[in-house]
Amino acid sequence: MPDQPGKNAIEVRGVRKVFGTGEAQVAALDTVSVSIRENEFFTLLGPSGCGKTTLLRLIAGFDFPSAGEILLHGQDIAPLPPFKRPVNTVFQSYALFPHMTVAENIGFGLEMLGKPKAEIKARVAEMLKLVKMEALSGRRTSQISGGQQQRVALARALAPQPKVLLLDEPLSALDYKLRKEMQIELKRLQNETGITFIFVTHDQEEALTMSDRIAVMSSGKIRQVGSPWDIYDKPAERFVADFIGETNFLTAAISGVSNGRAHATLKSGATIDATVAEGFQPRDNATVVVRPEHAKLTKGKGDLSGTVENIVYFGTDTHIHVRLDSGEVFTVRQQNTRSAGCGYEKGEKVGVLIGNDAAQVLRD
Amino acid sequence: MASTFSIKHQPGFTAIAATCFVVLYLPIFVLVVYAFNAATSTSEWGGFSLKWFQSAWNNTQVIDATLRSFQIGAIAAILSTTFATMAALATTRTPPYRGLTFKYAAINQPLMVPEIVTGVALLIFFSRIKIFTGYSGLGYLIAAHTAFCIPFAYLPIRARLENMDLTLERAAADLYATPWQTFRRVTLPLLWPGILAGLMLAFVISLDDVVITEFVKSGGQDTLPTYMLGQIRRGITPEINAISTAFLLLSVLIVTLFFFINQKRN
Repeated sequence: MPDQPGKNAIEVRGVRKVFGTGEAQVAALDTVSVSIRENEFFTLLGPSGCGKTTLLRLIAGFDFPSAGEILLHGQDIAPLPPFKRPVNTVFQSYALFPHMTVAENIGFGLEMLGKPKAEIKARVAEMLKLVKMEALSGRRTSQISGGQQQRVALARALAPQPKVLLLDEPLSALDYKLRKEMQIELKRLQNETGITFIFVTHDQEEALTMSDRIAVMSSGKIRQVGSPWDIYDKPAERFVADFIGETNFLTAAISGVSNGRAHATLKSGATIDATVAEGFQPRDNATVVVRPEHAKLTKGKGDLSGTVENIVYFGTDTHIHVRLDSGEVFTVRQQNTRSAGCGYEKGEKVGVLIGNDAAQVLRD
Repeated sequence: MASTFSIKHQPGFTAIAATCFVVLYLPIFVLVVYAFNAATSTSEWGGFSLKWFQSAWNNTQVIDATLRSFQIGAIAAILSTTFATMAALATTRTPPYRGLTFKYAAINQPLMVPEIVTGVALLIFFSRIKIFTGYSGLGYLIAAHTAFCIPFAYLPIRARLENMDLTLERAAADLYATPWQTFRRVTLPLLWPGILAGLMLAFVISLDDVVITEFVKSGGQDTLPTYMLGQIRRGITPEINAISTAFLLLSVLIVTLFFFINQKRN
């Protein structure tokens, strides 16, 4: 789908951010361009130090780009101070004002915008209801739990009805169950308010379950932008395939590229069908990825053959590590049933079947 | 017996601690007791009386000196705390840079330079200005007190600022607060306990000063401490004890007040 400039909430164009001077210069963002659509739940995903938080800070206005433009609905906001941008942030540490009550925190932005008292009161009540915090409106922020502080931080950032809401790893301080709850809650809030969310995380599972689209970043660059399905099933580069989920990497010679499909001849001699990433140039030593859940084991002859090296039980499924005859380790994930074991034993000779649609050829 | 090293279990610990406390507090205790002495001696007990408090109260010189001390202390505390707040904001709200350590040193200079040096320097400096302008009012004392109170006001304010989460100010800016609004609505309220501590510390330090005041004051500008010093030279009566006791009570009151204000804020 081509980008429609009018429909983009945020457009980042050729943005560079350099820290330090001279020899010690580091490019935290290396000429990044990305378009974020209106009403989208957009996630910046990557390991720490990849530049995702720097990009968020540039959009919020806490820092200014060394080069490039940041457009908000077509208007360049890069030189504006944060208090002149219709963009609000949910901070990782929440940054609630400790000397104010929950309601005062939520009303702060509206008050600074000079809204009339009655309007602020009504909007604060509405926000309290939205995040289910009506009962605690008079409390100090130090008197409520971490999950509740999180809700207040969300309500405070949403109250002024920003064009874009920025979320800087807001769930990282919560425990597992609460985090799962808040993930659903965030999706609900985004649906109900219709505000564009830009969410920063290093948690790939969080990114996959919540986002409309994901940008995977590493070393100051955006590696791939796409839907969770695109990113997981059609990774373009080794970094993306490796960072998102578990993957088997195989070396293959690629031939017969047409219509996004190709033949991949594996080291074992078997030839399988594979999808090729955009802009792929045929070559002999290409990398093919196969997700562990898209391969099957067989007692007979498969596309690859090897010996079972290890069996790891995970509750919902079992991971079987196979040492291939070519020397590499290949992992197969098998759904568990209650009645039987996985059916294989350590040291057993097995074949690996790779499904018709399971293999993906990487660009690099 | 604990196997790890504990200072409390070393021989002589209790004796040393007790000696320190005795040297520190016994003289003050004796001073307070003799403030209520009916006799004219500060060492021989002549029965209980409040007459020295009454005599101090009726002594216009004591009252004048006290009021002057309060006046100088209040103005110097407010001025020095204002400057200290600005200095603390300027030295904590920027990333570290070359020359920052030098600035810390410059601000804290009065803590390190012997008071007598500052006193003599100010005496010479101000006498020139006096000749030049003809002005000889309290302004010199207020200026001197403000200057040496700044580091005392600066330290608690800076400590408070360093413990403050900078993202709070960022959050305020994100919620459309201009830099001034951010300062008024977020920084200042959170800084207030530090400012109050600085204000009280500066006031107490000013109230207590002898050396610099002695050098800078003009005729008829005695503060309470310099008046007391002058009186002692002429021979001590329990009136001095009474004044000291009242002074002590005031200090304790200020410290207690501050403690409770801080408790409430936390």
